Amino acid sequence: MSNPTQTITTQVYRVYIRASAQAIWDAITKPEWTERYGYTGIVDYDMRPGGHYKVQPTEQFRAASLAMGNDLPDVIIDGEVLEADPPRKLVTTFRMLMDAATAEAGFTRITHEIKESAPGVCQLTLIHELPTGSYLATIVDGSLEEYGAGGGHAWVLSDLKSLLETGSVLAGGPS
Amino acid sequence: MTDDDDRVFKALADPTRRFLLDRLFERDGRTLTELESELDMTRFGVMKHLKVLEEAGLVVTRKSGREKLHFLNPVPIRLIHDRWIDKYTERHVSALVELKNQLEEES
Repeated sequence: MSNPTQTITTQVYRVYIRASAQAIWDAITKPEWTERYGYTGIVDYDMRPGGHYKVQPTEQFRAASLAMGNDLPDVIIDGEVLEADPPRKLVTTFRMLMDAATAEAGFTRITHEIKESAPGVCQLTLIHELPTGSYLATIVDGSLEEYGAGGGHAWVLSDLKSLLETGSVLAGGPS
Repeated sequence: MTDDDDRVFKALADPTRRFLLDRLFERDGRTLTELESELDMTRFGVMKHLKVLEEAGLVVTRKSGREKLHFLNPVPIRLIHDRWIDKYTERHVSALVELKNQLEEES
């Protein structure tokens, strides 16, 4: 994290999805999936410890953001793969570069855990460790949704569940 | 998924459990001892309420060293929210968009 004296908050999100662990892993790590749900970013992982992690905006996301007065950079999230154990566990650092305020939180840490909880059903847990009270923390916990910032991790996971189980995303999203 | 929704609604129907969720909303990652200190209730009583919240998916526990920490998980509430928005709001929204388009074409 950028500031060593900063206290860290842990946010935990869990969802049960009727899909295989591999399908969920692919939906998180492959751009052809990630451009279809949530904030619709195009992910790029170099899947080994020390490998890069970055997300670029889709044209649609870029246009929607520009309409709200924010011209997005080419890379909106960057980080590093810390641990990759497909299709069960993925740990990366995560820095959001959408604007100066989100970048201020520096490199935070996201862990994805996928476990089969019943035949054909998996439990997906997302753990985000980030500076307490940071602007980024209020974006990812969905507090700024009514200001057009999206519903954060809970919304993304809900959309991911919908896409994997029904083949289409939710109607309520900002896309 | 109806069973899941039932568990969430039942978990939220109790004032003590809503109080526990409010405490976790203020600050996440608390131990049973911390949560218990804010309630006039036996440790066993608080444990029973936390178990109902955990079964509904509203609370997720994680081990940190020897401690078991409780976290608020907002996803089940989000799923209910999205389900209703999806089902009932979309039609109204698209009807309004259509009306707007028609009016603008006429003007």
